[in-house]
Amino acid sequence: MTLLTILIDGIAYGMVLFVLASGLSVTLGLMNFVNLAHGAFAMVGGYVTVLLMQRLGVPFLATLPAAFIVAAVAGLVLERTLYRPMYAKSHLDQVMFSIGLVFMAVAAMKYAVGSQQQIISLPSFLLGRFDVFGVSVGRYRLFVIVLCGLLALALHWGFVKTRFGSRLRAAVDDARVARGLGIPVTALFAVTFAVGSGLAGLGGALGVELLGLDPTFPLKFMIYFLIVVTVGGTTTITGPFFAAMLLGVADVGGKYFIPQAGAFIIYGVMVALLILRPEGLFARSRS
Amino acid sequence: MSTADLTARVRGSLVVARKWHPAEFVVWVMAAAAFVLFPRQLLLLNEIAILALFALSLDLILGYAGIVSLGHAAFLGMGAYTAGLVALHVTADPLVGLVIGMAASGLLGLVTSPLVLKGNDLTRLMVTLGIGLLMLELANSLGWLTGGADGLQGIAMGKILGLFEFDLFGKTAYAYSLTVLFLLFVLARRIVHSPFGLSLRAVRDNPLRAASSGVPIPWRLAAVYTLSAAYAGAAGALLAQTTQFVSLDVLDFHRSADVMLVLIIGGAGWLYGGIVGAAVFKLLQDWIAWFTPQYWQFWIGLFLVAFVLGGREILHGGIRALVARVSGRRGGGS
Repeated sequence: MTLLTILIDGIAYGMVLFVLASGLSVTLGLMNFVNLAHGAFAMVGGYVTVLLMQRLGVPFLATLPAAFIVAAVAGLVLERTLYRPMYAKSHLDQVMFSIGLVFMAVAAMKYAVGSQQQIISLPSFLLGRFDVFGVSVGRYRLFVIVLCGLLALALHWGFVKTRFGSRLRAAVDDARVARGLGIPVTALFAVTFAVGSGLAGLGGALGVELLGLDPTFPLKFMIYFLIVVTVGGTTTITGPFFAAMLLGVADVGGKYFIPQAGAFIIYGVMVALLILRPEGLFARSRS
Repeated sequence: MSTADLTARVRGSLVVARKWHPAEFVVWVMAAAAFVLFPRQLLLLNEIAILALFALSLDLILGYAGIVSLGHAAFLGMGAYTAGLVALHVTADPLVGLVIGMAASGLLGLVTSPLVLKGNDLTRLMVTLGIGLLMLELANSLGWLTGGADGLQGIAMGKILGLFEFDLFGKTAYAYSLTVLFLLFVLARRIVHSPFGLSLRAVRDNPLRAASSGVPIPWRLAAVYTLSAAYAGAAGALLAQTTQFVSLDVLDFHRSADVMLVLIIGGAGWLYGGIVGAAVFKLLQDWIAWFTPQYWQFWIGLFLVAFVLGGREILHGGIRALVARVSGRRGGGS
């Protein structure tokens, strides 16, 4: 039965990764912008939850919207001020710029909160495990799976069914033509960037228990976000979703069955996939 | 114009480009003079020389072939670990370790080049990042060989050429690193001003055109990637030998990011960018670490952001104006 437990742990882990990385995939597809600082917004969300709980005694569930809002506002402000001039520059410049932001965020967080691992005490109704058809499932993991699953459905619906979503897809496919058709791509992007940052913040908050949280978080998980995005492709929501699931299950399973290999498997799989399917595993080919 | 005429003209322009500019001598004389002028700073100077070599290796692929990389630390680490292991298990002769370290890194470069050369900038950034992290993870899990998180300890180096012993103050270390840097620089200078180097720049500027003029792009890129990896391996070997210690830090992501920053400060594609950038970067880092040892990364980050957002134009424009004024004065206004 351990096998199923690992599977469920992996799915929960993958769900958090999806929420963390979904914003990145859209911004990458939309503006072709390599934002390695995406994890910094996730870290902000995580620390909002930790600090609200530790310092002000706010209950866990109430901190989640706050984590989303603070990260989204941070994203909106930075997009308006710093990111915008970078869109026209080369990928290399964008990478250097966002690495600079990551370095700043890491050091600033060390200065403000200290470099120790943060621990939160979850409310009692999310603690412990219970049996579902003989499989032992952590309550918190189930909570994460349900919440993130609903979120993924909502995102998918928003992306596929709404007017906003169809404009967004048009802009991702070809920003120039979309602009010519009168779609306000710049405003669209600002909103998407803010929502993506907010989702990262929410993912960071949910991930404190599963991924851990310390100031090096943006660097540590940068590669995971990139894997989700590159493997999943940028043209759909479902691509990154399945990529995140795959990554979560492979990582948890790999660390359980072959602990000495560490993260080796994950990076190996990523490099291999990038070679074989540079457009993403689930992406339809764009020519 | 006939083909023979064209060949003669290209050859002539290469010969002109190969000639040393007087300012270049100044750089190397200054580097050698630092040995006498700053006897207390030799360890720092040694670090600068090694970082300059590492940046030079990145310049070969980034500045001349247009290959972006976020995982160049893989080759630095390969060279460092190889040199360290050679010193521990085979021979204490530094030059042997240097050559083997370069060879090992070059081999790694050759093996990974097909992966890196496929795809566009974005894929390359991620594949190199992935390879860099793979190497770090590999070094971490092969604890029996690399010492894992403790690193390789107890490296004792022999005398260079049987004559010069490493000392505590970095005298031999700086002289050694500077000599290696100079020799490899001269070689790199010769290579980029050869027909081979010319073809690389053609590929960088317009791959489609280069391919249709008959440049075998994959082979050329693989060759320069391997060369660059070997250069990075030399930097790693020097690092291992002069500090007599190798840890997982040599493979860390920040190494790859730092060297990119160094090259961006100094400017890519003119070989001296790495040297200028390394000096500026190390002095800056030293100065920042002096007043805020724990948070120097913040200021490096701020510097990066400001630099990319517009500081580069200001800085490079200022330097260009300065150079124009100085050379204008000397040449009587041109």
